[in-house]
Amino acid sequence: MPKTLVTLRVNGELHEVAVPVHKTLLEVLREELNLTGTKHGCELGECGTCTVLVDGEPWLSCLALPVEVEGREITTVEGMADGGRPHPLQTAFTALGAAQCGYCTPGILLTAMALLDEQPAPTRDQIAQALAGNLCRCTGYVKIFEAVELAARRMQNGQAASGGRTAAGGEGR
Amino acid sequence: MSDEFSVIGKPLPKVDGMGKCTGQTKFADDLNLPRMLHGRLLRSVHAHARIRHINTSRAERLPGVHAVLTGKDLPVKFGILPVSQDEETLAVDKVRFVGDPVAAVAAIDEETAERALEHIDVDYEPLPAIMSIKEALAREDVRIHDYGDGPNIHKMVSLEFGDVAEGFAEAAHVREDVFFFEGSNHLPMEQHSAVASYEHDGKLTVWSSTQTPHYVHRALEKVLGHPASQIRVIATPVGGGFGGKSDPFSHEIAAARLSMITGRPVKITCTREEVFYIHRGRHPVLMWVKTGLARDGRITAMHFKTFLDGGAYGSYGVASTYYTGALQTTTYKIPRYKFEGLRVFTNKPPCGPKRGHGTPQPRYALECHLDKIAADLGIDPVELRRRNMVEPFSTTVNYLRITSCGLLECVDKVVEASGFQERRGRLPRGRGLGFAVSAYLCGAGLPIYWNDMPQSEVQIKVDRGGGVTVYSMAIDIGQGSDSVLVFTVAEVLGIAPADIKLVTADTDLTPIDLGSYSSRVTFMAGNAAVEAATKIRDMVFQAAAEKLNVPAARLVARGRRVYDREDVARGLTWVDAIRAAEARVGTLAATGSYKAPKLSGPYKGSGVGPSPAYSYSASVVEVSCDPETGAVVVEKVWIAHDVGRAINPLLVEGQVEGSVYMALGEVLMEEQTFRRGVHKFPSMLEYKSPTTLETPEMHTFIVESVDPEGPFGAKEAGQGPLLPVIPAVANAVADALGVRIDEIPITPEKVLAALADRRKGGSGRVGPRDVPTIQFKDPIRVAPPPGWERVPVP
Repeated sequence: MPKTLVTLRVNGELHEVAVPVHKTLLEVLREELNLTGTKHGCELGECGTCTVLVDGEPWLSCLALPVEVEGREITTVEGMADGGRPHPLQTAFTALGAAQCGYCTPGILLTAMALLDEQPAPTRDQIAQALAGNLCRCTGYVKIFEAVELAARRMQNGQAASGGRTAAGGEGR
Repeated sequence: MSDEFSVIGKPLPKVDGMGKCTGQTKFADDLNLPRMLHGRLLRSVHAHARIRHINTSRAERLPGVHAVLTGKDLPVKFGILPVSQDEETLAVDKVRFVGDPVAAVAAIDEETAERALEHIDVDYEPLPAIMSIKEALAREDVRIHDYGDGPNIHKMVSLEFGDVAEGFAEAAHVREDVFFFEGSNHLPMEQHSAVASYEHDGKLTVWSSTQTPHYVHRALEKVLGHPASQIRVIATPVGGGFGGKSDPFSHEIAAARLSMITGRPVKITCTREEVFYIHRGRHPVLMWVKTGLARDGRITAMHFKTFLDGGAYGSYGVASTYYTGALQTTTYKIPRYKFEGLRVFTNKPPCGPKRGHGTPQPRYALECHLDKIAADLGIDPVELRRRNMVEPFSTTVNYLRITSCGLLECVDKVVEASGFQERRGRLPRGRGLGFAVSAYLCGAGLPIYWNDMPQSEVQIKVDRGGGVTVYSMAIDIGQGSDSVLVFTVAEVLGIAPADIKLVTADTDLTPIDLGSYSSRVTFMAGNAAVEAATKIRDMVFQAAAEKLNVPAARLVARGRRVYDREDVARGLTWVDAIRAAEARVGTLAATGSYKAPKLSGPYKGSGVGPSPAYSYSASVVEVSCDPETGAVVVEKVWIAHDVGRAINPLLVEGQVEGSVYMALGEVLMEEQTFRRGVHKFPSMLEYKSPTTLETPEMHTFIVESVDPEGPFGAKEAGQGPLLPVIPAVANAVADALGVRIDEIPITPEKVLAALADRRKGGSGRVGPRDVPTIQFKDPIRVAPPPGWERVPVP
């Protein structure tokens, strides 16, 4: 099968990969770059599980082709932490039990990260709107709402993770 | 929360939380082994057909294809229950549903494997397909299986406790109702996946997204004919189970055989569409219930009939059938009780256990039925329940042992917080309140296959650095079993959760736990963990007592110290204490185990229903309904759950909220339905499930009845709280619009049909009119236990 050479910038690092042009970004992240933190729930763009950020915006990686995102900043769940320090969203989700089975969690975290970048103090309704495309079967969403709110408060107060560090992908916006 | 405990009862984070929030947790499909091949299953396109011939030669010749399997390569049948060994890894002679596996392929990548499936030629002879309960009972000429309790009847049950006729004769009021509960899928976010790796020394390792590694281990031994001692099953963290990953599956066995043939690791990950066809979800159940009551509203007798649409294979179906009749008596005093149930085979994906296993359907029927009775008698629906409420430490008429029971407190909490009694019937049109209660198991009293060994075992080993490793086969499916193990051990040993490491769900490394089903893990593995930790603590106390010259009975383990309760300053650090113990006794290791007490009653069929404890729940739901569109919106949910003791209130809340959510999906939108054998909507877009936008305001109350046998008094939280929410919604719709939707899900179409019926002078009811007039076999007649000799007459 003919392959195309693609250069992807993922979590701040450049990766040159040779992939068949029809391989999705999801497949390339998981299978070529071994970034298995990005999960898949349907591979048809229906569930939000495979969400990553492209230049700070939530994208469904199962519907994206690597050639579309060449030269853009891709953020996966592995890139959320600041070195050894987890992102405030990751800390808040852990603290409040917002991840049960944890399978939808990476996609929800990244969608929430994009929301907080745009809207640092979202209302419950804004959170629900932002996450409406991310299905979760475990939590009933309540703890997820609470965790996003907690992270937002902490980020605003600059308490956690040295304050206002936002989306890694936000730098490129 | 009192300071009786340092870990128990505290809202500490889940121990596996950070791994899941950083992408570090490895789910089955995240595993990639060197030289790994990718497998796919070819599935039947016919609902019912004989296989005349399969030709795999074109597929075998395809470059990149390493192996192709068909039914004849794996002819040994299997199934989760010993009485229903009716599944084949790949169909041998016959396919029984669209999606039934027919062939398996291993290739260099998924695309090649997928292409190879298109090169397999299957010659089918289509057979008439049975698609409903009615058809299954009417078409004796079509047989899906050649076993069972009748043509297309997988299981028929008939039990009578005391003489129901006597009970109905005592009744001042008798009412009958009919209900239907449509099936639904678990819809776990993670698709099923398994990786198998066979090495040339004969050792086979299978990693799988399974809730029951032990039962997968047994099925692999049986079907592969390979000794269990050379098979290692590792359950990877399960990305959502809800009962859907509790059976041994074709993809697991096929991956194993493909690896044995090719000598290379093989991964099979199912697609979302396949997950809908693998199914094992909620049984569609048609139900008839008749209850007699005395003038004061006390129940004198109940007769319950259930008809389960089982789909194409047995799965857990025998247990499911019994469960549709077992737990009615755990919430209400029913002095005379008859249960008749049957499960039919149909040419649809097999049904199995989904959260609440076989009990949400009858609970929905029962709680709606009681609301209708309350209206008949002019008694407040809450009051009717109170008058019949089961008592703690009692025995039901079907010999279920009730121990701790916080049901009354649950009822009080939700009724008071919601203002149910003041507000019900007085809200503006379109707005309504509904109420219901329920109970659930804390672990099935008996294992799935008969044996007299423990149901849960835990091993603990202490490192000289003070770290403690806990070994248990319990598998975390998101419910928090890892956290329960860590928190209980940390509490007993007086150390921090961070001091504890886990090795779980590995048949080579960990002692038995039967699996994450029937809400058994907190109670059973929790008790085993407490026992093992207590043995370690005793060894440490003996050594510390000698060092400190204090009687061991006076020692306390807390805050990483072992000290004299009468002189707190006198003590040892945890590390010094465990080193002293290791010097004294050698390897610091211990085991604990749990086996449920003998709980079954004196009759055949009494193995399903008994549990060492029952959790209790009560719920009030507030809905708003639009009479123009028929849309029902759940505005608020109040739910109280008797969990015995919350080992971690945060995790209990999470389980309760998740249960409420799943109930709302089932009651309002989720349907696993078929058109000519094909699933109507096998995708996450069209199979509607609630999103953030459908999330109501939830008020959760944790009730602690402190069970005498639970670990620290704990019971279960993962399944029970789903049960009352479904009937509470149905009862709220009745309050809002004055119509009765006696069929789940309550869709806008049904609401509109009920409103139209009422406008035309009808009763405003939508639902089944009757149940099949089949003659059940003569019941097993069981004399009631002591205390139930007489029907109470007011």
